[in-house]
Amino acid sequence: MSSASTVNSHAVALPAASAPAASGVIAETSADRASRSGIWLGLFTITMSFAAFTSALFVREGTSDWGHIVLPSILYFNTFLLLCSSATIEISRRCLSGGRLIDAQKSRKGIVWLLFTLLLGIAFCVGQFMAWQQLRAEGLYLATNPNSSFFYVLTCMHVLHLVAGIAVLTYLTGRILATHRTLRRSLFDNVAIYWHFLGILWVYLFGLCLMKL
Amino acid sequence: MQETSVPQAHVHAPPEGFIRKHVFSLDHKVIGKQYYGLALVAVFLGMALSWLMRLHLVWPNAKVPGLELLSKVGAPGGVMTPEYYLSLLTMHGTLMVFFVLTNAPFAAFGNYFLPIQIGAEDMAFPRFNMMSFWVTFTAFLVLITAFIIPDGPPIAGWTSYAPLSAVGKDAGPGMQFGESLWGLSIALFCIGSLLGALNFIATTLDLRAKGMTLMRMPISTWAWFITSCIALLAFAVLLPACILLVLDRHAGTSFFIPAGLVVSDRLQPHSGGSPLLWQHLFWFFGHPEVYIAILPSMGIVSHILINSMRKPLLSAKVVIYSMMSIGFLSYMVWGHHMFVSGMNPMSSLAFSFPTLTITIPATVMTLIWLGSLYGADIQINSASLFALGFISMFVSGGVSGFFLAQPSIDIYLHGTYFVVGHFHLVMGVASLFGVFAGTYFWFPKMSGRMMNDNLGKLHFLITFIGAYCIFMPFHYLGLVGNVRRYSSFVDDFMGPDLMSLHKFITISALITGAAQFIFLFNLIYSRFKGAPASDNPWNATTLEWSIPSPPPWNNFGDKHPIVYHDPYQYGVRGNKGDFVMQDSPEQSIVSGD
Repeated sequence: MSSASTVNSHAVALPAASAPAASGVIAETSADRASRSGIWLGLFTITMSFAAFTSALFVREGTSDWGHIVLPSILYFNTFLLLCSSATIEISRRCLSGGRLIDAQKSRKGIVWLLFTLLLGIAFCVGQFMAWQQLRAEGLYLATNPNSSFFYVLTCMHVLHLVAGIAVLTYLTGRILATHRTLRRSLFDNVAIYWHFLGILWVYLFGLCLMKL
Repeated sequence: MQETSVPQAHVHAPPEGFIRKHVFSLDHKVIGKQYYGLALVAVFLGMALSWLMRLHLVWPNAKVPGLELLSKVGAPGGVMTPEYYLSLLTMHGTLMVFFVLTNAPFAAFGNYFLPIQIGAEDMAFPRFNMMSFWVTFTAFLVLITAFIIPDGPPIAGWTSYAPLSAVGKDAGPGMQFGESLWGLSIALFCIGSLLGALNFIATTLDLRAKGMTLMRMPISTWAWFITSCIALLAFAVLLPACILLVLDRHAGTSFFIPAGLVVSDRLQPHSGGSPLLWQHLFWFFGHPEVYIAILPSMGIVSHILINSMRKPLLSAKVVIYSMMSIGFLSYMVWGHHMFVSGMNPMSSLAFSFPTLTITIPATVMTLIWLGSLYGADIQINSASLFALGFISMFVSGGVSGFFLAQPSIDIYLHGTYFVVGHFHLVMGVASLFGVFAGTYFWFPKMSGRMMNDNLGKLHFLITFIGAYCIFMPFHYLGLVGNVRRYSSFVDDFMGPDLMSLHKFITISALITGAAQFIFLFNLIYSRFKGAPASDNPWNATTLEWSIPSPPPWNNFGDKHPIVYHDPYQYGVRGNKGDFVMQDSPEQSIVSGD
């Protein structure tokens, strides 16, 4: 996935390899590999948690008091926003990662797309909030019936993870603007992986809530 | 010729100032000691609670001076109420399982020695590591806050079975706020453990020194690695379960509370939830948790036995594969805790089979330990004694597992002291023996001083005999039908002889508990006044013994170690004696490769 030359874990890395080469590509260090393992392990953990929620939902859906609720249509729009943000962060990642000094034109483009991503992320959260408001207006609260309970729990948990993502993106934007350097490839890669994952997770959760067994 | 590896940038700068060095430290060694300290506080607290419970069981009307200060309602005049007995039971179980058996063998020793044993400077994510301890510490504070609130600690047991754990104050004292504190504390504990486990795995996978292939890692490192894989799955499921429980308690949802439930003459305003769902989610975590407690001790004990025997195990690889298969199987057996839950009997059968299968890797490991010990000239000291004691406890406690794994027998024994005897021996005492062995073995490295070996042997003798005196009779009590979880018994219910057996157990518990103060004294005294330890007092081979005692903040200084050998080159002719260190480039004659 990255064009950086990978250093075999047991081979001795040449000192020159750890300094920025002329091409601006930085060789992967063990810390980079660890952070990539870390992000995948984190995603695995989150997946496992949502698998637990899912199994609870299936058990609960089998009981008699499960009342199917009609989901607010704004959720389709929100889904569109989040999927768009996956695309924007990808464009931004290609401009802003690699640990080089800022190349003015490319970086402006990258930062703009990064800000777009942030905006879309925040818009998604606002959209989810509006979906909750709409359900409340219909008299569907957290405790109204098991279907609404699960809808609120799953969407809240997802939004919490997304808020964490937004916080990290904000921090990274600040860092790029302050240091005038692009981000280390592994760092931006990992944040992007996390962000894509949240998109996929949302599509899964949305499908789960739409599904009527 | 010795190669040198490239000096790399430090993971973090050398710590400065008291707070950075000892409180909010990023150093895995300090964090490991913090976990150890927390486990030490929790274990003495949990032990004190078990004393109180044992006293109450046999002398239900006896006044315990000062107990009324702990709870005016729970122990008026120093005599505890039956409900308060259950509160103490809950707190004892929660403290011991989470804050002792998870923290001490896994988080404490794992944090301290995993990075050193693989030749790393620190964990992969030192900040997450620090956060993991402080979140766990907060979880501990939240839990023990239950002692001082007027409501008192919850009475739901460490498993907090729904629906009574979910309905609030109607379920009894401690169930209004105490149980909420329990839920919050465990949720926090999950987050702390997940951060820790994630760190362990990433560190093991990516920060190994040059030459440290996976199969060259010491067995203890393997054990921590496998344990963290288990923990990552298990705590990720307990966390959502706790969230749903807290929502049922405070947000009016009905995940676990069925319709038409009447508690304390009050119809609960909930509908349709499934109490069994909680049990499934809880035990999906709960059974792997048993292996989170025991696997690190298996690793530690193997590590120490090899050193004491001065020869490798018959097969270290088979031990590692056995630990892996135990970890894998641990996810298929949670239903064996639920044979009496009203679950479909067919499911019981499906859970019984893999449960019995787990005995295969467990037996294989035991046979390897025993086979390696056969004819070995083992050096007897506190560490090796506790390692041998571990095997004894593991076998004695594990054998009763054969019985409990079968639904037809478990249905009769499940509610009795037989189960108490089983899990205390195999999970509690065995795991703690691993911790004791690890403490006596690694204390010189951690503090730079030796522990007193005579005191250690005395500690072992009393603890070993005492543990059998306490927990073996439990099996007998269970077989004759003595139910567990009751706060006191009367003679005509019990039959004349059982009460005297209970008294024997209580007295044994008091003596064995008192012996732990020998250990505590030894620990504190040796920390300040113990004989200075050399870098490698046990003539051991693994990387932790190649650096000063105690290690500097960056473990290996500026140089990264290079590993040339399998971890256990004992019984060979090396430059320094009958062993060759892992990072020594010399050829080992009569190599075990």
